[in-house]
Amino acid sequence: MATFQGTVHAYSGAMGDNIDTDRIIPGKYTKTLDVQSLAAHVMEDIDPDFKNRVKQGDIIVAGDNFGCGSSREQAPIALKVVGVSVVIARYFARIFFRNAINIGLPLLEIPDHNISNGAVLEVNLLEGSVTDTNTGITYKATKMPQVMIDILAEGGLVAYLQKHGDYVL
Amino acid sequence: MGQTISEKILSARSGRDVYQGELTVVNVDCIMATDTTAPYAIKAFREMVGTSGKKVWNPARFPLVIDHAAPAPTEKISNLHVMMREFAAEQGCPLFDVGAGICHQIMVEEQFVKPGDLFVGADSHTCTYGGLGAFATGVGSTDLAAVMLTGKIWLKVPQTVKIEYTGRLQKGVTAKDLILFTTGQLSISGATYQAIEFCGSALHPLSLSSRMTIANMSAEMGAKTGIVHPNGLKLEFGLDYDFTPIFPDADAEYAKHYTFDVSSLRPQVAVPNSPDNVQEISVVEGTKIQYAFIGSCVNARLEDLREAAQILRGRHIHPNVRLLITPASKNVFLAAMNDGTMQTLMEAGATFTNAACGVCVGAHLGVPGDGETVISTANRNFKGRMGNPNARIYLGSAAVVAASALKGVITDPAEFL
Repeated sequence: MATFQGTVHAYSGAMGDNIDTDRIIPGKYTKTLDVQSLAAHVMEDIDPDFKNRVKQGDIIVAGDNFGCGSSREQAPIALKVVGVSVVIARYFARIFFRNAINIGLPLLEIPDHNISNGAVLEVNLLEGSVTDTNTGITYKATKMPQVMIDILAEGGLVAYLQKHGDYVL
Repeated sequence: MGQTISEKILSARSGRDVYQGELTVVNVDCIMATDTTAPYAIKAFREMVGTSGKKVWNPARFPLVIDHAAPAPTEKISNLHVMMREFAAEQGCPLFDVGAGICHQIMVEEQFVKPGDLFVGADSHTCTYGGLGAFATGVGSTDLAAVMLTGKIWLKVPQTVKIEYTGRLQKGVTAKDLILFTTGQLSISGATYQAIEFCGSALHPLSLSSRMTIANMSAEMGAKTGIVHPNGLKLEFGLDYDFTPIFPDADAEYAKHYTFDVSSLRPQVAVPNSPDNVQEISVVEGTKIQYAFIGSCVNARLEDLREAAQILRGRHIHPNVRLLITPASKNVFLAAMNDGTMQTLMEAGATFTNAACGVCVGAHLGVPGDGETVISTANRNFKGRMGNPNARIYLGSAAVVAASALKGVITDPAEFL
């Protein structure tokens, strides 16, 4: 969980709120353990060209309630598979939040920001902060529960449980 | 300090009194996964277990259900089903195979969940069991894998939103209309991270089926769980066991308190592309439809099929409309056969699918075409939900769907009742 930089794909306004898991990965593609196959359909119904534009390390920035809808873990997996390094939203739907952390996809809740499409962000996950290198503005994320920080630090819940054998609150 | 229903159930499984905002590790009563979530859960479970030889914490309390793409539409999916069957056999878990029905209906019918239980399911509509008075919450596959291994999960004790209904639902207005209206009022994020308690005299006469319909759509408001106060709760589906209903304390603390008088409520319809985009039916009446669907975990019980049959009896659906019906479970299917409901519906032009999730989730069994408009009893109408992003999905009660199938346009069922 070092510091890294990434380019922003921003979904703003009404389009950026309530991006549901059907939009992140439609249900018809989720019945597979071949996670690479999810890459061809990620964000298909909201941004069909996303899968072509996205590069390793890119950052998604969205509005309210990102990841609402179904419990499919294939949604954060699809984003991770195409190289998304972190998703930033004002807040996340609860199952998506847990799923992303459990598979080791970092999320940051930043309630108020002015980050635009194409911006390059410098992300410090340990501190939960991002700096917009275009504007120089630094934003602080809402602190996650310590158990989620610990799970993310291990790279996900599988590694966390391999290490601890149980939850440590 | 007084406790909400959620605080009581979570306290009982934490070994100490817990209150909203606290993190706690709880012992669960039962867990469940489907063919969408079980394959990833099994994979994660095997990784967690490694070479330790550990087994599922309590195999009898981990039923697996093949319902989301059942029977398998492709060889790849069929292979995932094989993986589930093999895992269930190896670990000694109950498995509900093709045709048994939708997981949430099965969990209630087969007594995997009872009032006051703590249930964790790898499906977002696990909250359905709140209709029975359980704390039931949806998680993803890796979270579930951890519970498979440990029998425990960490949770933040949620704040609770109290939604009270006064008055009495009018004829032709159902629990579905009530919960669509509520979803429209609170919005798709209106109860995010929170629990909902549904209560009030308008709910007391409602059947368990209707209570499950209400609790089911807690997910559409972002809630962790949604529990109907057990006033007037009567078991259904042939269930007969003793239970102790759990009520909140009088001085329990609520984050918000809504009161809705439902006496003048008219049928409600969610319009594309979000379940909180809700209008009174008069606003969308006359919208042409080509496809009518009665099914899904929110509205496919005998009560719903009878509601449709009452409207369709002796009539025939519009020639430009196809009506698909998916009963919630094999037991519901049999009951609808035995009481003549199925015959009535088929004579009116309905086509039945096996009891499963495929239509609602867009996996198979009935994907709409480009430019088509669907009226459905399901709980979600997100773009692409039924498998085609170029279709438009409206949501309503079984009565609204039946009346609309008759007329070929979205129709208030009142004229047929």
